[in-house]
Amino acid sequence: MSNDSSQAKTVDLKRLKPYGDIMGDGTIQICFTLPVEPSPEAREAAIMLCEKMGLESIKLATMEKAGEGFSMFVIYGNMKQTVDFTEIHVVKVESTKRGRDEIDEIIKTHIGRKLVVLGACTGYDAHTVGIDAIMNMKGYAGDYGLERYQWLDARNLGAQVLNEELLKLAIREKADVILVSKVVTQHNIHVRDLKDLIKRAKQLGLDKKIIFVAGGPRVTHPLALECGFDAGFGVGTKPSDVASYIIDEFLNRREEFEGIPNPLKANATDDTALIEKPVPTPKPASSPKKSISAKKTPSRASQSPTKKGQSAKKAKPAAKKAKKKAKKK
Amino acid sequence: MAHLSLDTKKIDYCRKMAEHISKPIEEMIHSHTTVAIERATLRLLGVNGAVKKSGQWYPEVNVIIDSLQKADKLADGILPYFVNAMIAKKMTATELGTAVASNQVDLFAIPMGKRAEIEKKAHELCTAGKQSILDAREYRDGIRKDTNDRFDPEGKNGPLLYVIVATGNIFDDVIQARAAAQAGADAIAVIRSTAQSLLDYVPHGATTEGFGGTYATQENFRIMREALDDESRKLGRYIRLTNYCSGLCMTEIAALGALERLDFLLNDAMYGILFRDINMKRTLIDQHFSRRIIAVSRIVIHTGEDNYLTTADAVENGHQVLASQFINERFALNAKMTQDLMGLGHAQEMDPEHPNVFLLEIARAQMTRDIFPKSPIKFMPPTRHKSGDIFYSHLMDAMFNFVGVLTGQTIQLLGMMTEAMHTPLLQDRYAAIRNARYIFNGAKDLGQEITFKPNGQIEKWAEKVLDDTIALLETVDRKGMKLAIEERAFAEVSRRETGGKGFDGVAPRSANYLNPFFEIL
Repeated sequence: MSNDSSQAKTVDLKRLKPYGDIMGDGTIQICFTLPVEPSPEAREAAIMLCEKMGLESIKLATMEKAGEGFSMFVIYGNMKQTVDFTEIHVVKVESTKRGRDEIDEIIKTHIGRKLVVLGACTGYDAHTVGIDAIMNMKGYAGDYGLERYQWLDARNLGAQVLNEELLKLAIREKADVILVSKVVTQHNIHVRDLKDLIKRAKQLGLDKKIIFVAGGPRVTHPLALECGFDAGFGVGTKPSDVASYIIDEFLNRREEFEGIPNPLKANATDDTALIEKPVPTPKPASSPKKSISAKKTPSRASQSPTKKGQSAKKAKPAAKKAKKKAKKK
Repeated sequence: MAHLSLDTKKIDYCRKMAEHISKPIEEMIHSHTTVAIERATLRLLGVNGAVKKSGQWYPEVNVIIDSLQKADKLADGILPYFVNAMIAKKMTATELGTAVASNQVDLFAIPMGKRAEIEKKAHELCTAGKQSILDAREYRDGIRKDTNDRFDPEGKNGPLLYVIVATGNIFDDVIQARAAAQAGADAIAVIRSTAQSLLDYVPHGATTEGFGGTYATQENFRIMREALDDESRKLGRYIRLTNYCSGLCMTEIAALGALERLDFLLNDAMYGILFRDINMKRTLIDQHFSRRIIAVSRIVIHTGEDNYLTTADAVENGHQVLASQFINERFALNAKMTQDLMGLGHAQEMDPEHPNVFLLEIARAQMTRDIFPKSPIKFMPPTRHKSGDIFYSHLMDAMFNFVGVLTGQTIQLLGMMTEAMHTPLLQDRYAAIRNARYIFNGAKDLGQEITFKPNGQIEKWAEKVLDDTIALLETVDRKGMKLAIEERAFAEVSRRETGGKGFDGVAPRSANYLNPFFEIL
């Protein structure tokens, strides 16, 4: 049936580009609106803009009148540009995914007291969908919320909690973890609020005592780090993802600050055995998911409790590399 | 239109219970006042200016009512003092408002005149205040007539296309609203800046900056309504305007909405308590007064039961929605509203992967339609299970539109494919409107062509939800509404009677209390 020349090309990771139906075609779809009436000139303008984006073989699929003085376009084109996939290093939340029972058991056995977790939507943000999904008993997508964990004292403070109030409460309740959900992102209000919380926490000397976790549809781990948080979780995060991170980070910190060895790391023997390449070899068809479980290497030993800005332990090159700022290119 | 064969005795029983539940609350409403009621009263009398305070506009009504509270006289209401001063100083309400707010007149330093005279004058002023609402209403009715408005509360003309704008800048909102109307939208909601509901004053003037929306101000209302009047005339189709009458200023927004000819207001008896943690007493008292204004203005309210389905599981909590709708209906009736003004809310928020999810969604939409046949049902789109996959989201919206037209919903808030990503772009709204027009047109009469299988899955589900509703209402009735809310009867949220924001703005009325609006409206 097939001969050599008709065989499908395989992906060239050194020169990765979008895929439509032939490997390397670079096909992308674009939709945008121009604030002018539909007209042959508007059409030309849309194509010219796409050319300036570096597209070739531009196909204008539709030009629609989306209101007086507005035209909407759907356009396809082929990209020339490529990226070297093998050189991409993205900072990810480092933790081993565990279930609720296991996490409860670990806290019971190795910590011996309930970890206090406070969750809130801060500032003027009134959208509690995210924090509710993580905190509330019911949880999200069949994964029970942190309130349901026997060994977590999880309290959902709800919406519009002011940063200073949150920290006051954290001191009073001796919080181990603070979860902040940010949904509203207009004018980058989420970034401002997150940074403000850490600034205040530092003034109170809480930044090392408490694990700060941010979440929200537009929150990423690198963004959370940039804001001074310890971790960030985006859409689709389940409560057990957060709980898994919490215990790993808690035990790592305890080791770093109090010298109590992290029992979860006991089996990890040789750091150098870690695979140097932080990016897992992608399988051709399935896109690598951005969830924390995407980390394939069982590199528990690499989970050093890096604090914002502080560099990871020198002895752990892989960890250090992974924890460096998001380097895309 | 196909109907479910629901047991009408059960429905009547639910209404009876809702009425019984509301009784003790009504007593509380009529024996208390709030700072927001007093401020709205002054606004209806014509006090609508503002003073600069640390660089920001602060309404005169707030300055005046703050001083009333400081003088520890909130229990009397503002009118004894304000009207007394109007008589003494021979000023109009507007003039006096400015004079008091700029510290030229101290209301409480003026000797009190004869009570009978004050009461008579207050009555006149409130009558004139009501007249200003009626005038605005008449003007609005005129434009509706000129533009062949075909709105039918019972939804017989098919769902109305309702979209939101939310740029934060009222002038950009106008551009987006006009484009949406031109593309086919029938109603425009200007989303408020996030957390405005927690401001204990209404911002002043035209605003160009907001978070997640645009501040609701009288001037912003006026600007948008003027643009929509113009657009309605151009298109020969009346375009409705919506804003948010919830939160600490719900009474004042109702007053301003009435004066600026808004068509729809989001207004719910319990929303503020549950979702904004506003004090229970404050909300229940304020919602009554806001609805009294709304009843005169004949604005259609939209209740917020859709929110129950975004915070609690939508498959499991249908009965909370229905129970709340009965309660909202009762409180609205108590405020002299008629059923054709009650846009009872619900939403299509079930997990899309739930087996036969559309059977359940159709059941819930149809039962809402059938149980409240005279009311304009407000149907809210999927949000909870949307992520960034705009194509899947667009498909969810299509199915939502299909359920809406099939079951005769009145007001369809169109879903946006970019829900959970950003406030809608012009092209998002355009795509949503096309989606709705296609489906509303193509399935226009489908509801009239089908019947629901007796005792089939859809009917059984509706019956189950109705039975669960009875059980919930019985619990609320037995415990009383306040305790029931404390024990998470709705939306899995617990609130206490004395907790939440705005409680310090509530006072029991004294024997000296005066506010003729409670008779006149």
